[in-house]
Amino acid sequence: MRRALLIASPYLWLLALFLVPFAIVLKISLSDIALARPPYMPQWHPGDGLVALGEFLGSLDFENFVFLTQDDLYWKAYLSSLRIALISTALTLLVGYPIAYGMARAAPEWRPTLLMLVILPFWTSFLIRVYSWMGILSTEGVLNQFLTGLGLISEPLQVLNTNTAVYIGIVYTYLPFMILPIYSALEKLDDALLEAAEDLGCNRTEAFWLVTFPLSRTGIVAGCFLVFIPSLGEFVIPSLLGGSDTLMIGKILWEEFFSNRDWPVASAVAVILLLILIVPIVLFQRSEEKAREAAK
Amino acid sequence: MVNETRFAPWDDPEARPLIQFRGVTKRFGDFTAIDDLTLDIYPREFFALLGPSGCGKTTMMRMLAGFEEPTAGEILLDGRDIAHVPPNRRPVNMMFQSYALFPHLSVWDNIAFGLRRESRDKAAIEARVEEMLRLTRLTKFARRKPHQISGGQRQRVALARSLAKAPKLLLLDEPLGALDRKLREETQFELMDIQEKTGTTFVIVTHDQEEAMTVASRVAVMDEGRIVQVATPEVIYEAPNSVYVADFIGDVNLLRGTARARPAETAPEDQPQETQQAAPDAMPEQVPATKPGDRRYQPNALGMRLHNTLARVFGAWIEDEPKRLPAPEPAAAPKPKAAPAPAPAPDIPPGGIEIDWAQGQPAVIAANGEPALDGKPVVLALRPEKVSIAKDRPVAPNVLGGKVIDIGYLGNISTYHVQLSDGSMVKAQATNTRRIARRDITWEDEVWISFSATAGVVLAE
Ligand SMILES: Nc1ncnc2c1ncn2[C@@H]1O[C@H](COP(=O)(O)OP(=O)(O)OP(=O)(O)O)[C@@H](O)[C@H]1O
Ligand SMILES: [Mg+2]
Repeated sequence: MRRALLIASPYLWLLALFLVPFAIVLKISLSDIALARPPYMPQWHPGDGLVALGEFLGSLDFENFVFLTQDDLYWKAYLSSLRIALISTALTLLVGYPIAYGMARAAPEWRPTLLMLVILPFWTSFLIRVYSWMGILSTEGVLNQFLTGLGLISEPLQVLNTNTAVYIGIVYTYLPFMILPIYSALEKLDDALLEAAEDLGCNRTEAFWLVTFPLSRTGIVAGCFLVFIPSLGEFVIPSLLGGSDTLMIGKILWEEFFSNRDWPVASAVAVILLLILIVPIVLFQRSEEKAREAAK
Repeated sequence: MVNETRFAPWDDPEARPLIQFRGVTKRFGDFTAIDDLTLDIYPREFFALLGPSGCGKTTMMRMLAGFEEPTAGEILLDGRDIAHVPPNRRPVNMMFQSYALFPHLSVWDNIAFGLRRESRDKAAIEARVEEMLRLTRLTKFARRKPHQISGGQRQRVALARSLAKAPKLLLLDEPLGALDRKLREETQFELMDIQEKTGTTFVIVTHDQEEAMTVASRVAVMDEGRIVQVATPEVIYEAPNSVYVADFIGDVNLLRGTARARPAETAPEDQPQETQQAAPDAMPEQVPATKPGDRRYQPNALGMRLHNTLARVFGAWIEDEPKRLPAPEPAAAPKPKAAPAPAPAPDIPPGGIEIDWAQGQPAVIAANGEPALDGKPVVLALRPEKVSIAKDRPVAPNVLGGKVIDIGYLGNISTYHVQLSDGSMVKAQATNTRRIARRDITWEDEVWISFSATAGVVLAE
């Protein structure tokens, strides 16, 4: 009995927290918008009987998905989200790798402190941290005041409400997710391997590219997925830091849901987003498994 | 042996060493890992470093490879100070004690790694890698990753990788430890063969003395960051310069005692008999007679009395044993009578020293001892294979009686642990020419052990 429970618990978890909500969202995405509460049709309640269930199932259709293909706003938003997520993942990698490398090379007694510093921002609310970026990036913000003070610029830079601000926000927010897996891969690296590479004729740079970098690949892959997946559906950062032309699917979703109160279309958008995300998630799982295999 | 053609550049004042350590000291913090080490290694040498764990062997190798800089002193390679030459610029390759194989590369790519760095053409690299794979018998595993092969195979990959570039100097840090005996011996011969063919100079760290003896042109025995002795394997084994070396290399009996010079020209016949007869009974008198000034004997006489008392209580028959000349134990009784006296007196060269080494035991004669050691504490290092064992009292310069306590059967030879009447243990070796069932000496047997006057090496304490 206990064994069965133990085996079943991850499945129960998956069922309760993923499959059931997904089924609900899928059902809504197949419904039609209605001026009702909740704002979609048809509805079916367990008390209505089987005939009603048949009718209910019969009136579900893929109309909303067809609609998504007709209005180019949606696929543009998907593409734009993908682009922003990819670019910000690359930027996070560029910023995060040297930090992780520096941490792994630091004296062992310093490493716990450095690790703490990386995790420290999580102690404050994500929302507050994004808001504070508004204060930094706005035309009267800290950044512009600093640059004007130095005399580098005469006109304040328009950073806030552009895609640049979105990149800054995503890189800032997700940096720890990039640093931590890379750091853990680099920390395990045996120094003797670098010595062996040098002994066999590499200089320091070659040794890095031929040994250190490939051996931190699992960390890089994990970090990139951990940044890419959430930033693809990101809503808060583009809506707070991005401009009116910043097109991201998270924002569209929010508008459909709350502004237009079109739950079925919003659900369809969410279902497509999920399907898009499944690809990198599966790839991620696969590479994790491979890494675990290799570590054995 | 590899050096039958009298390869001995170290004796040649003209020879130019490949490596020179000059007063090299290496400290880690306040710990001295290498202590003022001076050493020359010559081209084409197969130089073995032997020593207990932590004595600084790896540290020496790492300084040669360029991973550590000496704290003081200098290291010359071909006459050039290499202190500031980075590892990738040295014509030196190292096989790491931990192998340090690249886990993300296949066996093949690991071996090719160094070759690819020197921009050779592809065909040459392939040929060289294949050759290395054949040499180390890894051809079948070329496509595997290091985590998919066994420990011994990994060791061979590390060996192949360091050999591939055919460096001027190859450093091997315990290269064969994980191999089984047969493969190890084969690889040893391969190494010697490679060395003959390529003229590479090898420095090898090993814990296996037999290996050092087999492959090395010279052996350095180290202790706590210092080199205690550097010499050919034969000299290290036959003429160790210290108790430490004698004890570290191979099996050895150490008889500690006090030297007494022997007359250089006296008729040799009387000398041993007299001591042998006199020793058991007249020990106390003998002491002041021979060494008036030596205080070391005083406590020993006391110990003797104590021993005698105890022996009388616990085993009277053991007590009898030193007085073996008239009538030893009943079992062996007929024999000594049959050889009524050591009449055909052993042929003992004159000179040298005698060593009084244990109360109740005859002094041992070491004709090769330095008479100048007279009165000094010395140690006679005696290899077990130079000690014969017999049931009948043999005619020899040094004969001691005892009882077999333990027999170590090693297949081709057996080591007998013989306890003498004073309790000290002496190991003797004999080849097993007979099948084990018919071996005539067994546990608890009363036996005689004997050795020649030049069998041991006299070392000052
Ligand atoms: N980087 C280091 N920092 C501090 N001490 C070190 C360092 N490297 C080596 N040592 C010390 O120097 C001494 C010699 O080490 P080394 O590795 O040369 O020993 P070894 O002779 O190779 O031993 P083994 O036979 O066990 O491999 C050891 O006591 C070791 O603890
Ligand atoms: Mg070592």
